[in-house]
Amino acid sequence: MSLIQHIRSLWKLSQAGDIARRYFVTNGFDGALTMLGILLGFYTGGAVPLIVVISACLGAAIALGVSGFTSALLSETEERKKELKELEESLVAPLEESDYGKASQIMPWVIAAVNGLSPFLISLFVILPLWLESWGFMLPFEMDPFDAAIGFAFLAILFLGIFLGRISGTFWLWSGLRAVLIGLGTAGIIFLIR
Amino acid sequence: MAIVKRILLDVLKPHQPGALEFTQTLADLDPEYRVNLRVEEVDENTESIIVVIEGENIRFEEIDQAIKKMGGTIHSVDEVEAEGSPPASTE
Repeated sequence: MSLIQHIRSLWKLSQAGDIARRYFVTNGFDGALTMLGILLGFYTGGAVPLIVVISACLGAAIALGVSGFTSALLSETEERKKELKELEESLVAPLEESDYGKASQIMPWVIAAVNGLSPFLISLFVILPLWLESWGFMLPFEMDPFDAAIGFAFLAILFLGIFLGRISGTFWLWSGLRAVLIGLGTAGIIFLIR
Repeated sequence: MAIVKRILLDVLKPHQPGALEFTQTLADLDPEYRVNLRVEEVDENTESIIVVIEGENIRFEEIDQAIKKMGGTIHSVDEVEAEGSPPASTE
C-alpha cells in the first residue's frame, strides 16, 4: 500500500473529512472577513502607503494561520486521544499499533494544516491585487488596488458560500449570496462605527 | 505440521472499517482465501462478528495481525478444520 493510499485509508477510518471541511469553511470565512475588515478600516481611515496595508494584512494572515493550526492541533489531539481511549475500553484491547492508533496520531496534524492554511491562503488571495500593485503590475481596467482587494474578499466569501451550498445540497447561488450578505453586513457595521 | 483449511473466529471490532472492507482486507491476504463475515451484535462503539475463512493453507498469525491492524480483537477461535501434511521425503 502506497503512502497516499495509507493516508487516504486513515482519513476515511477517522472520518476526518467532515471535520476538515468544516474547519476549511469556518476558518476560511474568518480569513476573508478579517481581510475585508482590515481593508475597509484602511479605506475609511484615509490614504496610507500600500506597504503599510500589505504588512498589516500579512501580519493578520500569518496570525490567523498560526492560530488556526495550533488551536486545531491541540483540540484535535486531545479529542482523538479521548476517542481512542473510549474505543480501547470498549474493545478491552490496546489500539496503538492499529490503524486507529496511527490515525489518532496523524490526523490531528492533517486537520490542523487544513485549519491553518485555509485562512492564510484565502487572506493571501484577498490581498493579491495589493501585492501586484506593489510589484509594479498594472491591474486591468486601471482598477484601484484597494477596490480590487475588497472585490477579491467578496469573491472569496461568495466562493465559501457556494462551497457550503454544494455540501448541504441547497441552491448554490442562494447560499453564495447569503454569505455575501454577511460580508455586506460586516462592511455596513464598519462604516457605521467610522 | 498440519495444514489449516477452515477457521471460525469470534471477533470484536470497531464500526469502521465496515463489514465489506473488513472482509475484503482479509480476503486480500491470499488469493485462495474465501471469507464469510456475519455481524452478530452491534453496540455503541463496537460490533461482534463471526468470520469464517476457508483456504488451502490458512496462516493464522497473518490473519490475527490484519484484524489487529483494523482495530479488532479475536475473542475466540471457535472452529478449526485441518489436514495432516504429507510426510517429508527422506531421500
